[in-house]
Amino acid sequence: MPSTALTAAHPLKDVAASDSSLRRFLHGLPGVDAVGLEGRAASLGTRSIKTTAKAYAIDLAISMVDLTTLEGADTPGKVRALGAKAVNPDPTDRTAPSTAAVCVYPDMVPVAKEAVAGSGVKVASVATAFPAGRAPIGVKLADVREAVAAGADEIDMVIDRGAFLAGRYLKVYDEITAVKEACGTSARLKVIFETGELSTYDNIRRASWLGMLAGADFIKTSTGKVAVNATPANTLLMLEAVRDFRAQTGIQVGVKPAGGIRTSKDAVKFLVLVNETAGEDWLDNHWFRFGASSLLNDLLMQRQKLATGRYSGPDYVTVD
Amino acid sequence: MSDRLTVLKTYKLYVGGKFPRSESGRVYEVTDAKGRWLANAPLSSRKDARDAVVAARKAFGAWSGATAYNRGQVLYRVAEMLEGRRDQFVREVADAEGLSKSRSAAVVDATIDRWVWYAGWTDKIAQVVGGGNPVAGPFFNLSSPEPTGVVAVLAPQESSFLGLVSVLAPVIATGNTAVVVASEKSPLPALSLAEVLATSDVPGGVVNVLSGRTAEIATPLASHQDVNAIDLAGADEELAKDLEIAAADNLKRVLRPQPVDYAETPGIDRMTAFLETKTVWHPTGSLGASGSSY
Amino acid sequence: MASAFEYAPAPESRSVVDIAPSYGLFIDGEFTEAAGGKVFKTVSPSTEEVLSEIAQAGAEDVDRAVRAARGAFGKWSALPGSERAKYLFRIARIIQERSRELAVLETLDNGKPIKETRDADLPLVAAHFFYYAGWADKLGHAGFGADPQPLGVAGQVIPWNFPLLMLAWKIAPALATGNTVVLKPAETTPLSALFFADICRQAGLPKGVVNILPGYGDTGAALVAHPDVNKVAFTGSTAVGKEIARTVAGTRKKLTLELGGKGANIVFDDAPVDQAVEGIVNGIFFNQGQVCCAGSRLLVQESIQEELLESLKRRLSTLRLGDPLDKNTDIGAINSEEQLTRITSLVEQGEAEGAERWSPACELPESGYWFAPTLFTNVTQAHRIARDEIFGPVLSVLTFRTPDEAVAKANNTQYGLSAGIWTEKGSRILAVANKLRAGVVWSNTFNKFDPTSPFGGYKESGFGREGGRHGLEAYLDV
Repeated sequence: MPSTALTAAHPLKDVAASDSSLRRFLHGLPGVDAVGLEGRAASLGTRSIKTTAKAYAIDLAISMVDLTTLEGADTPGKVRALGAKAVNPDPTDRTAPSTAAVCVYPDMVPVAKEAVAGSGVKVASVATAFPAGRAPIGVKLADVREAVAAGADEIDMVIDRGAFLAGRYLKVYDEITAVKEACGTSARLKVIFETGELSTYDNIRRASWLGMLAGADFIKTSTGKVAVNATPANTLLMLEAVRDFRAQTGIQVGVKPAGGIRTSKDAVKFLVLVNETAGEDWLDNHWFRFGASSLLNDLLMQRQKLATGRYSGPDYVTVD
Repeated sequence: MSDRLTVLKTYKLYVGGKFPRSESGRVYEVTDAKGRWLANAPLSSRKDARDAVVAARKAFGAWSGATAYNRGQVLYRVAEMLEGRRDQFVREVADAEGLSKSRSAAVVDATIDRWVWYAGWTDKIAQVVGGGNPVAGPFFNLSSPEPTGVVAVLAPQESSFLGLVSVLAPVIATGNTAVVVASEKSPLPALSLAEVLATSDVPGGVVNVLSGRTAEIATPLASHQDVNAIDLAGADEELAKDLEIAAADNLKRVLRPQPVDYAETPGIDRMTAFLETKTVWHPTGSLGASGSSY
Repeated sequence: MASAFEYAPAPESRSVVDIAPSYGLFIDGEFTEAAGGKVFKTVSPSTEEVLSEIAQAGAEDVDRAVRAARGAFGKWSALPGSERAKYLFRIARIIQERSRELAVLETLDNGKPIKETRDADLPLVAAHFFYYAGWADKLGHAGFGADPQPLGVAGQVIPWNFPLLMLAWKIAPALATGNTVVLKPAETTPLSALFFADICRQAGLPKGVVNILPGYGDTGAALVAHPDVNKVAFTGSTAVGKEIARTVAGTRKKLTLELGGKGANIVFDDAPVDQAVEGIVNGIFFNQGQVCCAGSRLLVQESIQEELLESLKRRLSTLRLGDPLDKNTDIGAINSEEQLTRITSLVEQGEAEGAERWSPACELPESGYWFAPTLFTNVTQAHRIARDEIFGPVLSVLTFRTPDEAVAKANNTQYGLSAGIWTEKGSRILAVANKLRAGVVWSNTFNKFDPTSPFGGYKESGFGREGGRHGLEAYLDV
């Protein structure tokens, strides 16, 4: 397993010495041509994944789902049901793989932890005043520490988009490193950029590098709470970033598109992006996740269709 | 009538902004319409043609790279200079074409006006023949005319001045450089035009004027690999065919001889014949269609 | 590519196209035998399977077809433009309806991936007919005078690399302007043109307006030389283009030529690198590099050479070569044995001249004509692979240090068809684009085509433009 953070001695550590050195580095990254990027994503979207390849991709996708509920109306009962489903997604077919994790608000971590106990399914918790991230740093860190203390295996933090857009990159960097520290050694950190608010692809590339430099274990597109969430293009861009970051530092970072991925067809397209951009080293739920809720049922229905040759229907998968 | 002996002009070639004699040292006798001796004109050789092409190529970068406005100013300056030498040209054209003084004056006036007409085209032709193309995708796409390069111009044999200017001005107005083969029989107006060009602001090499046997000079020009196009106005049918065949060796753009009434206002064909169309694409980005997009 | 995620075969169904065992010439609305009774076989380059036997037109057939076209010209040119427009709209629609069939057919006959025929060739073919259909009744507004006239009979000779698309580029503007057509498809790819004849039938196009004469070079030569042809349009090699220019010399035939190229794809150090890599790949491996406007010379700024080549090689390793009918195939077959021989020979010369050859690990099928994507480094301007058009999946990589050097090297060729520029600096794009002597300049993109966008070359890449308003001029008496 590659190491997970830049050592203090790594030359790239220097770029975070000041706001201006960080800016120079991030603005020195190659630009992104939007049309070319979207064209490449669309072209990979025409890959035709059939039969055995489809079966492999569907199971892989199920195993990569961070089964998510992030509602004000979440209850322990709802979270327990979600946990059960994560462990055994298809009650009629025990060969269906478990999902990677359940993803909940911090106060639901103990419930989730109990629901997935002994299964290998991780508990991820959003933190840092998700989804807006507009809270004092002390509150954000407390949020993280509580979740970790409650047993969260993974923390999904949001960056301060306001600071990023204002060019205060060092503030964003420092927050991420502080959260990383709060995660300790037990929790992996996913850094959410809310790409829909960053507005340009150049910003998404810069944010990706900023997050990775600051110690992110995963970079994640979005909260699922804004108009535009994960797209093939922004995910492709982030996959290029983790690929290049590993080439330069030896450190492998995961990618998590979240929000808006609802069908098996979409999920398979994302896996094609992974396969042909970052490569097969990322075709594992340690390195790639889908932040989703309704996606899982569609994957399960497709899985049933492949197994039986019949089209399935919503009555044959569980309502969450 | 004074009995002062007039000072005769030695007519020379015009190559690269200079007035050399033919490297061959040869001249030929130019007579007026009635067969009276007018002057000895240089009888250009293949080597003169080659030198002229070198000069035209050398001048191409700066001339084609000049702003269209600047080219218009320079060409208009030529018209001003022509106006100042009006009497000289009236005499030369009358001698060359056997016209009366008043007919010749009308031809010279039309010629100067023709020059002004083309001077005004330099910064308009791109808008007329170029423009944006509405491609079905997120791309900015613009087609613009560009000069094709060095153009060999065989000036019309009969219309020694109006015809000459009518074929030369469109070539250089659009940014090409020219090697002109003057009317074989009546080269003097062309050689005098060179003096006008030299004293206006036309950079040396933009126009090069050769006199002599049209077939002898045109043949190496038609097969020259560094000439991009050829106007065959001054070639007869048989010569035109041979030259067109020779021109195929590097796929020169060929303007075949055709009947032209040089007194009429021309269209833009003589300009577009020596223009390339360059189309440049660039992505525009797709605003808002998929969120983060530019 | 050995990966955990192996894509299972995803072949497009062959059953959507029904290829007859033999085809005749299409003259005056009828399929007919060649006068000399000669036939030739067309094979699928990916398998060498014989697809059909085709009548081979000789001089007598050329004469018959030209007479048919002449006979149809009077009525066709006299039709109101709005009526001609409707025929072309019909053709465009039928092409859309039959696009899947035509895509499979083209892939079978040409060897290019179905992904390309489906997503590039066929949509562009239909779009081209739609575009020129609309011009038919608006010619007085095109800038060629109030009532521009057609030329008469157009003799058109097209290549094998985009068979149906090149047919569309030739026939659509010719018909819109009121000309009639005799078209010779390439001998290795005659089928889509013959299917097009059937589309003309379905559209109810008057007899003789379009005539299709399959055959070899001698058929084309006879067509070009025919005294009753008024217009010659040719797309193909520069050598043949020059021969045609000599043939029409001294006649009144109007000539347009779209010939070879050696396009430079210039990558500056501030390029959007990932998109540049895609553009380089698309520039030279699209249609196996058998594209006149291919970006066959990569000019990369020295400061980023290593980094870029590494990315490029990594990307090439993901290219999928194989069955052209498989929807996941990126690289199909070379069109013919002859072309494969030419590519092979030039590549061997490249090695002999000291350039460094590289290809990704790539298994070639046993039968058919195949060539692995190939990259040459340490190439100089003096190498043959930097000068000659290879017309195959072979990229020559050269370096430069300054924009001036890039421009000088890019222009240092007898060709002038296409060029690419990759940089994030707008003024540099405009300055360099301005200095490049090429008919199409793609900046931060490559190999984009559109019926509204004029296409054609400088210098020995030919003359005249196809596409857009400019494309009308080739078929009008102006």
